[in-house]
Amino acid sequence: MRDFRSERVKAIPPSGIRKFFDIAQEMEDIISLGVGEPDYDTPWNVREAAIRSIEQGQTAYTSNSGLPELRSLISRYLFDRFGVDYSPKNEIMITTGASEALDIAIRSVVNPGDEVLVAEPAYIAYTSGVMLSGGIPVYVPCTEKDHFRLTPDALMEKVTPKSKVLLCNFPNNPSGGVMSKDDYKAISDIIIDHDLLLISDEIYNELTYEGEPASAASIDGLRERTITINGFSKAFSMTGWRVGYLCAPEELCSAALKIHQYVMLSAPTGAQYAAVEALKNGWDSCAGMVSEYHVRRNLFVKSLNRAGLPCHMPKGAFYAFPSVKDTGLSDVVFAERLLKEHKVAVVPGSVFGPSGEGHLRCSYAVSRDDLLTAVARIEEFIGKL
Amino acid sequence: MPVRLMDEKDRMLLKLIEEDCRTSYAVLADMLDLDEDGVEKRIRRMEEEGIIRNYSACIDWEKAGDGHVAAILELKVTPERDFGYDKIAERIAHHNQVRSLRLISGAYDFSMLVYGKDIHEVTRFVSEQIAPMEHIKETATILIMKTYKENGYEIFEKKGRERLPYSF
Repeated sequence: MRDFRSERVKAIPPSGIRKFFDIAQEMEDIISLGVGEPDYDTPWNVREAAIRSIEQGQTAYTSNSGLPELRSLISRYLFDRFGVDYSPKNEIMITTGASEALDIAIRSVVNPGDEVLVAEPAYIAYTSGVMLSGGIPVYVPCTEKDHFRLTPDALMEKVTPKSKVLLCNFPNNPSGGVMSKDDYKAISDIIIDHDLLLISDEIYNELTYEGEPASAASIDGLRERTITINGFSKAFSMTGWRVGYLCAPEELCSAALKIHQYVMLSAPTGAQYAAVEALKNGWDSCAGMVSEYHVRRNLFVKSLNRAGLPCHMPKGAFYAFPSVKDTGLSDVVFAERLLKEHKVAVVPGSVFGPSGEGHLRCSYAVSRDDLLTAVARIEEFIGKL
Repeated sequence: MPVRLMDEKDRMLLKLIEEDCRTSYAVLADMLDLDEDGVEKRIRRMEEEGIIRNYSACIDWEKAGDGHVAAILELKVTPERDFGYDKIAERIAHHNQVRSLRLISGAYDFSMLVYGKDIHEVTRFVSEQIAPMEHIKETATILIMKTYKENGYEIFEKKGRERLPYSF
């Protein structure tokens, strides 16, 4: 029998933490800082809105681009919050989570052989997404000394005539790095001069703890060459609902919509009604969660530093990204031993790209008690080394 | 009324200790990006100013095997010249059985929460202590049958959330 798997699928390396997952499943009393989702339930009013929509029989497909009311609310939100103006008519589409938005954004612009600049450390789906389109991922390092921001120098170093797309995610998973408006401005000339398209994944934008969150498309000259991706999972604790959105100038938006209409048809209808309620009346809940993440971040990062794991203060998302370089262990070995010997699950930074090497991604979207217990266990582990 | 202006950290500090007043100064200091001394000073000041009134635990007495009966008691009263509702309110509040007392709008004037060992104790308290008081025109006693949420915390048993140990 032939090997039926496609070359592109075979080229994608297996997930770097499969092994950890299996170990963790077998163990009890684990504290997991390996989670990439909020630990809150979706706000009750949002859940009620979905229940009501189901009761009223709103169970059919929506239009391909999503509920008009939801697109209007997103348009207003992006304008009020970031000063970016997208038309709800033909520049915003609702997707099945930001993950789908990412996939169709890449597929609608990347040709085989195109180089896609990926600011890393980065969410793991970027590399595979680019490879599935036949594109070539080219990593642009964002390092600790630059507070994990994307700098013009780093970008210049990797741009070639074959570069077509720049893919980035700020506030960043896994580093917690944040780009301010000025930081985006600093790279905008390079993007424009080299005629690049920017795919900006801003899913963690509401989870910004210092300064105002910024959207790349708000920078002069970027809007027409940017695909903005966002969603409801992080801001409103809605990971399981699978509802996100993609915004871009009409030509690009309708290109992505072409794929979406065939592979997804429309995002889950109940989830779209929930999202409407989130944007209308979910902001108090969002603010409450953000302020809790904020104090947890302070508590966790300070405790980690005292425990002997140097960690910069992340400005966004809900991840701390401490360095284990001083321990003499690689991030993978450190994470594996920490899990097996001290029952704390973290994700080795190298999973997210070469600049993540020597770091651990620790989610602080867990209770304060668990955070402090985890730090105590980490301290005990370091003491043994 | 606050004696001096509260800042963001004061407000956050209040939120945190309202949620759990046993949180240590060290943990509070980390969370608020202050030092322990700073936390202690702020707490002391807000105690002195009466912003923080007291620290208490939220106890499920039923679980402790010490179940008691609670009732909401609503009162219609005649306000007194010169004192309005305040004087009568104080006289009612002095009773140990009264857990809370509020002036309310609507058909009744006061709403209070009353505890007793059993239903007889509660009704005796109402008929012997409260109803005969001067200025009290009418009472309505509403028995509490079950408490589902108290001080912002849901009390009923919930199924734990299923969460993957790793997700990206």
